[in-house]
Amino acid sequence: MTGMPFLSLAIWIPILGGLLVLATGSDRNAPLARSLSMLVALVGFVVTIPLFTQFDASSSSMQFAEFLPWIPRFNINYHLGVDGISVLFVLLNSFITIIVVMAGWQVIQEKVAQYMAAFLIMSGLMNGIFSALDGILFYVFFEASLIPLYLVIGIWGGANRVYAAIKFFLYTLLGSLLMLIALLYLFMEAGGSFSILDWHKLPLAMPAQTLIFWAFLIAFAVKVPMWPVHTWLPDAHVEAPTGGSVVLAAIALKLGAYGFLRFSLPIVPDASQAMAPMMIALSLIAVIYIGFVALVQTDMKKLVAYSSISHMGFVTLGFFMFNVVGLEGALVQMISHGFVSGAMFLCIGVLYDRMHTRNIADYGGVVKTMPKFAAFFMLFAMANAGLPGTSGFIGEFMVVLGAVQFNFWVAFAAATTLILGAAYTLWMYKRVVFGVVGNSHVAELEDIGGREFAFLGILALCVLAMGLYPFPFTEVMHTSVNELLRHVAVSKL
Amino acid sequence: MTDMQKLYLLVPLAPLAGALLAGLFGKAIGRAGSHIVTILGVAVALAASVVIFQDVQAGNTFNGTVYTWMKSGNLTFEVGFLIDPLTVMMMLVVTFVSLMVHIYTIGYMHDDPGYQRFFSYISLFTFSMLMLVMSNNFLQLFFGWEAVGLVSYLLIGFWYERPTAIYANLKAFLVNRVGDFGFLLGIGLIAAYTGSLNYAEVFAKGSELAAQDMAVTGWPLITAICICLFIGAMGKSAQVPLHVWLPDSMEGPTPISALIHAATMVTAGIFMVARMSPLFELSDVALSFVLVIGATTALFMGFLGIVQNDIKRVVAYSTLSQLGYMTVALGVSAYSAAVFHLMTHAFFKALLFLGAGSVIIGMHHDQDMRNMGGLWKYMPITWITSLLGSLALIGFPFFAGFYSKDSIIEAVHASHIPGAGYALFCVLAGVFVTAFYSFRMYFLVFHGKERFGNNHGHHDHEGDHDDEEVSADHHHGLAPGQKPHESPWVVTLPLVLLAVPSVVIGFFTIEPMLFGNWFKGVIHVGSNHVGLSELAAQFHGPVAMALHGLQTAPFWLAMGGVVLAWFFYMVRPDIPAAIQRTFRPVHALLENKYFFDRFNEIVFAGGSRLIGKGLWKAGDQGIIDGVAVNGTARLVGWVAQISRLFQTGHLYQYAFAMIIGVFILLTFWFNLV
Repeated sequence: MTGMPFLSLAIWIPILGGLLVLATGSDRNAPLARSLSMLVALVGFVVTIPLFTQFDASSSSMQFAEFLPWIPRFNINYHLGVDGISVLFVLLNSFITIIVVMAGWQVIQEKVAQYMAAFLIMSGLMNGIFSALDGILFYVFFEASLIPLYLVIGIWGGANRVYAAIKFFLYTLLGSLLMLIALLYLFMEAGGSFSILDWHKLPLAMPAQTLIFWAFLIAFAVKVPMWPVHTWLPDAHVEAPTGGSVVLAAIALKLGAYGFLRFSLPIVPDASQAMAPMMIALSLIAVIYIGFVALVQTDMKKLVAYSSISHMGFVTLGFFMFNVVGLEGALVQMISHGFVSGAMFLCIGVLYDRMHTRNIADYGGVVKTMPKFAAFFMLFAMANAGLPGTSGFIGEFMVVLGAVQFNFWVAFAAATTLILGAAYTLWMYKRVVFGVVGNSHVAELEDIGGREFAFLGILALCVLAMGLYPFPFTEVMHTSVNELLRHVAVSKL
Repeated sequence: MTDMQKLYLLVPLAPLAGALLAGLFGKAIGRAGSHIVTILGVAVALAASVVIFQDVQAGNTFNGTVYTWMKSGNLTFEVGFLIDPLTVMMMLVVTFVSLMVHIYTIGYMHDDPGYQRFFSYISLFTFSMLMLVMSNNFLQLFFGWEAVGLVSYLLIGFWYERPTAIYANLKAFLVNRVGDFGFLLGIGLIAAYTGSLNYAEVFAKGSELAAQDMAVTGWPLITAICICLFIGAMGKSAQVPLHVWLPDSMEGPTPISALIHAATMVTAGIFMVARMSPLFELSDVALSFVLVIGATTALFMGFLGIVQNDIKRVVAYSTLSQLGYMTVALGVSAYSAAVFHLMTHAFFKALLFLGAGSVIIGMHHDQDMRNMGGLWKYMPITWITSLLGSLALIGFPFFAGFYSKDSIIEAVHASHIPGAGYALFCVLAGVFVTAFYSFRMYFLVFHGKERFGNNHGHHDHEGDHDDEEVSADHHHGLAPGQKPHESPWVVTLPLVLLAVPSVVIGFFTIEPMLFGNWFKGVIHVGSNHVGLSELAAQFHGPVAMALHGLQTAPFWLAMGGVVLAWFFYMVRPDIPAAIQRTFRPVHALLENKYFFDRFNEIVFAGGSRLIGKGLWKAGDQGIIDGVAVNGTARLVGWVAQISRLFQTGHLYQYAFAMIIGVFILLTFWFNLV
């Protein structure tokens, strides 16, 4: 079975399937487009399952590797492979795609085929990002994935969608141009190789390392997003349709963080060590500053968007303390955030579909009319606030444990999220869900239907399963994480 | 897995199963189905606990893993049980009180539309609390810690349409999170410096920890750990200044006030510190800190009980004060006395709360004691059981509370730790205050003039619970001419069953728990601390202790409080009013609960919102978006504006520019080459 090119399947089934969906054309064939999309998403997920079941957790090398020459003249290769760090993201991404197709099932009534196709193609491209081992291949996937998301926001978005889409596009594109320069430089230094694995072994002088670090930092920090280059995210979320927000939060934000692990840390370890204090400071600012900003948001989606930034601050914090618990915590946080923030945006989408407003003040007493929904929303809100028993707890807990090992004051600052996260999440929940029925619109709300129940239920199971038994998720990553940390500790000078 | 181990698992899982059935299938199995499955679940847990208790008495303890939750680096995170005398005592208390409350709830929540939901929550609570007390490691402790907090949050806000209830539950959660902040850092320190989260492994490294200083801050490590952990206990067990959530938690239905906010959850902090005695014993600074916080809570929260008119709030402040007593006991290394008082308090305070609830039912959901009086005639069982509970609370000799409270006072008396003098003053004065507010309540409710049914023309209350869901006003009260009535048997039976241990449990258990070997090897007292050893030397059996108690200061202080309450509220009701007028500033201070709430509201809640607004408007929108992002866009626009001037479309201008360009280039070319 190892002969099967599972990674290629994970990339190309959604892309080709997406093109096929696109071919169904106009909205007359919308039901066909929907069913076909679901089929593609399901098959796309099924082919990723062997990646997990057949994964050899005792090895830190790249598994399921595929290698084909692509542009031999520049030694650019179609080189794929996953290790214990990236494999979970391929699964998460393919899984979330199913949820997104379900979420857009009835809500999207215009340009259905195009909408679904955009998400499927994006899903394939993102799998490409997580499994590419060739610098140019990575760059192509990385940039190409911007386009579907840009289109999703620009076409199916809210009133101010064009501003948001352009802000999103320019912000992230400008960041990645510097990365391209860094990739080209590495190509030269490595004697004509775009292989990321070769670059990991490449000795580099400190000035070069510093410059490369900055080039990567700008590209990845925008994606994460880290403070202070985060302001595109709330705008993009607010304007994006629900599915767009889900993918943005669950997957797109992980790309930048993943970049740090695949590029910055192993390629320029000395610069990473030198810059760690700055990275930790920026991460803590994200956790605290953004936590306060989230507290005063009046728009639910903006609030959750800010909460995402704050949670991603935990991820970058975990990376740059260079200890196992912190780094694994950051990875767990990334996976969990995929479930939880995705679910939070879906919950807001459920409300928005009915009320056409995201303003917290327009709600109140939703539990009276939507008790089932309120129960799900409570679970996800608690997960967002890091309650033990949910997946949201593990990452935060581990990063705080790692931080105490690293420096007590860093842990002190990071642990404030326990208070801030609960404050902004539950205060919003209180105003939206509890209380007397706010107005006649709320009084007429209908509780979630079967389809909504299904996708919220699936995510709820994921959040709980991971919260109660994270062992299988974390076993996969140990060897790769240890290898990465060992590698970072060795100077390349 | 042995049979015994299966039984251990059964204890938490049976209530969990009940909770899931009632919660997920509540509609299908109906009201009766819901209370049957949940009561069955808790009853099974209680029965299993009794069997385990006997097994532990026979000397069989257990410390083992159920499953490995996760591994990371050198840390192993596990879910596991530690079954020892301390655990099994807590299991019995939790399951017994929980069972009583479950039965009681059938009557109390009879007409509530959220009946199934309520049963599901209280069973879920029982599960969480059992996981907390049965844990053998810090991870599961924290899991249970937060899970009970979650259920408490859900139950305080059970009547989610009341603005006060959903304000109170958010407040409770956030204040607890402040405590958890410290707790988590404490756990983090333990993990970082011992590489383990397992109690036994951590305790084994206690002396190692005591010899170290922290890396960055340079603080003594063990003191930092203990204070961090204790901050967690301050949140959960409502110690000053993190006590502010507990009085407000009375917004929840009365059964949970009894179960969660009196008998079990709020004692989790006490239990935790007792469990950590091998660590706390290593830091006198931490113990002094614990002592002073506890003493302050014991006395100053008692004062607040005096000025309350809401029957539940009196009991709530009494709970705060009694938690202070337990904390004081921890501070003077009398851990077993703290746990002993925890147990007796669980019975008599649950009794008092459920009694208050019975009164509330009888009064048709009027909680204001000023509208009561003379209820003894109408509610005999509630009256007698409440009297027994009150006597236990004030520490009347032979009652359960006497043995536990007197032991604490004696232990403080014997202690030499810094702060012991202050604590002794607080706990002695507290005895008087406790007796005064307890019997103020008792006389106002059960004796004196019947003041109900003739005031504030309340609307009638057909189907009062349904009504309650709709209206935010939960003070209903009796209609003119209507009399209170005794509650149904499902309400009074738990009162009677709780009254029995409230009276006798101290008498029978003081010897093994405080002076015997029951907690040997579980609770550790350092040789440099007195603990209960002086007390043990003077102990000659429970009868002698009670008789001796009649001659001591605490007894006379308590009697003074009772007599004063009788005089003020039965004989001369004009005096309290006159005092109130004369000492208006003091009364205002008490009425406003020392202004803690207002301070928090303005400084912390308001301050956070202000910071948030500032960072958002000035930081994100002003500097980052306004100057950097849109500024860049403006710069590009500006450059474009300028460069547009050159794109005139006039051929002669382009030609002219080209000529100049060529001229400049040539100049450079010739000069440089």
